[in-house]
Amino acid sequence: MADRPEDNQHTLSRQVLELFVAGLFILLSLVVMSDNWRIGARWASDGPEAGYFPFYIGLIMLVASTITFLVNLRRTPALAETFVERAPLMQVLWVFIPTAVFVAAISVAGIYVASTLFIAFFMVVLGRYPIWKAIPIAVLVPVVLFMMFEVWFLVPLPKGPLEAALGY
Amino acid sequence: MDALFSLIHGFGVLADPMNIVYMFVGIFLGVLIGVLPGLGGANGVAILLPLTFSMSPTSAIIMLSSIYWGALFGGAITSILFNIPGEPWSVATTFDGYPLAQQGRAGEALAAAFTGSFLGAFFSTLLLTFLAPLVAKFALQFGPPEFFAVYLLTFCAFVGMGKEPAYKVIAAMMLGFALAAVGLDTVTGQLRMTFGSTELLRGFDFLVAVIGLFGVGEILLTMEEGLAFKGRSARIDLRVVLKVWKDMPKYAWTALRGAIVGAWMGITPGGATPASFMSYGLAKRFSKNGHKFGTGEVEGVIAPETAAHSAGTAALLPMLTLGIPGSPTAAVLLGGLLIWGLQPGPLLFVEQKDFVWGLIASIYLGNIAGLIVVLSTVPLFAAILRIPFSIIAPIILVICAVGAYTVHNALLDIAVMLVFGVLGYLFKKLQYPLAPLVLALVLGDMAESSFRQAMLVSQGSLSVFWSNPLVGSIVTLALLMLVWPLLSAAMASLKRGTPRVASGE
Repeated sequence: MADRPEDNQHTLSRQVLELFVAGLFILLSLVVMSDNWRIGARWASDGPEAGYFPFYIGLIMLVASTITFLVNLRRTPALAETFVERAPLMQVLWVFIPTAVFVAAISVAGIYVASTLFIAFFMVVLGRYPIWKAIPIAVLVPVVLFMMFEVWFLVPLPKGPLEAALGY
Repeated sequence: MDALFSLIHGFGVLADPMNIVYMFVGIFLGVLIGVLPGLGGANGVAILLPLTFSMSPTSAIIMLSSIYWGALFGGAITSILFNIPGEPWSVATTFDGYPLAQQGRAGEALAAAFTGSFLGAFFSTLLLTFLAPLVAKFALQFGPPEFFAVYLLTFCAFVGMGKEPAYKVIAAMMLGFALAAVGLDTVTGQLRMTFGSTELLRGFDFLVAVIGLFGVGEILLTMEEGLAFKGRSARIDLRVVLKVWKDMPKYAWTALRGAIVGAWMGITPGGATPASFMSYGLAKRFSKNGHKFGTGEVEGVIAPETAAHSAGTAALLPMLTLGIPGSPTAAVLLGGLLIWGLQPGPLLFVEQKDFVWGLIASIYLGNIAGLIVVLSTVPLFAAILRIPFSIIAPIILVICAVGAYTVHNALLDIAVMLVFGVLGYLFKKLQYPLAPLVLALVLGDMAESSFRQAMLVSQGSLSVFWSNPLVGSIVTLALLMLVWPLLSAAMASLKRGTPRVASGE
């Protein structure tokens, strides 16, 4: 990943991220509280109901994250800072998106084939390796995994059509 | 001297040669994990845990705890040679370790770090040997209210002693509790927060969370920093080691102070990372070479390393005696105990003597083995670090995915791991602590059931938590810890001269 002309541009401020995460917490605590209120968060004749403990957990989370939210509403110099510069953010996305695709591919192609493609992609596109250098590693790692899990420890990993064709 | 006899019995358990093999395999894997970015003690143990399900619990815990010791040792290698802490607790080691390496004294720094680590661990292991049985005996009298009080103290301590903003600590912790509550309620059999999904029925497994938070999150962070490993080379020969050992008596006080700080921070859930910083700070203040710290002082390497190792080992004490882990890695080990069908807590010392003392004996041997392994294999691990990140990163991500899958053989868990990875990245950047989240996720069910049992006993009255002096003082101490950030803020504003009546003091 060579330097791009738009390097180090402003992306998101720290404040936006702080408010976003605190907001997620608030949302989640409301979900927790409402679901546990539904199944009963009060005191029954035989003791506390199933939702009693989680309901109060949700309540404490609501209070704590609301305070965090309010504290971060006031813009201080530290909060105005950029959360992450554009170039590093691109780096993170360049790792995250292929990883997400890899995870999705596991259910279709099995973990061994998906790993081969993932490692090869990573080395060639991000590491700028020639394909002939990437292929041996990309093939070897899944083969070692296969020997270790399927053969040695007898722990089955997700497999796809290729393994089925080979008789596994 | 009951403990001594039990310990000798424990060494007898180790006589099985396979256990020694597991120990060395564990140490070696542990150093490797400690050296590689994105793999650390907590998620390394979590990934390897499913592989041990078929072993006997004693062999399994020996291997897994050896991985932990190895990871503690390994963190120092990257700190000193590459100025990149392989583990959070070795950040303080970079301050003086890397300058030493730049001066061509890397071998000395590494030998000092390993020796310091060993001494710290040894101190805490002695403490564990003689204190743990007493704590366990004492804790046998605990009922549900006492156990809940200890859980409360653990979690309040995070709020009182954490460096992160208190409300963020609380929010992260509550997230852990909420996630732990998802699924089947064990008492009433009711479904909680599953929203009609059968996949959620299983709940969130903390092993998957740990792999995501610490593994994937760490890779994303490393990627953002755009690391290029450019390190110093190092060779350790016997002469360097002997030279460092000859100088060790000079640093005796520093080492002892580090060990004590570490042991304290490990038993209370402060953890290895703050312990290493605190020990470094204390050494800097009290050493006569304090003003030279940061420019390459051997003493500045010994101080954080003794504390980190001492804390890492001491974290096992509350885990074994009370079932409350002092660090995320200890939490993962505790999860292992539950999976192998062992109930951590005071009864362990009565019912599973072989297991407990075998483990304690293995800590002694494991640290000696660790010292030998790291001293002799530094060049190998330094070479591994030179493998470019664009090769290492995808391999680590693949290993994380495999680890997440094998916990329950569930494909969805790999996606859950990825979500936790993003969460780990955001949390680290925004100073939400991960340790309380993990601990709450592990202890959530147990904390809840002890709370509910206590509430049943008392017919729903909170006064049960002050019903006797023991439980009362623990709960009071916990609440004091909880409001500590508020109290110290109030005191600070008083000192600044703003006359304000601090209420509730």
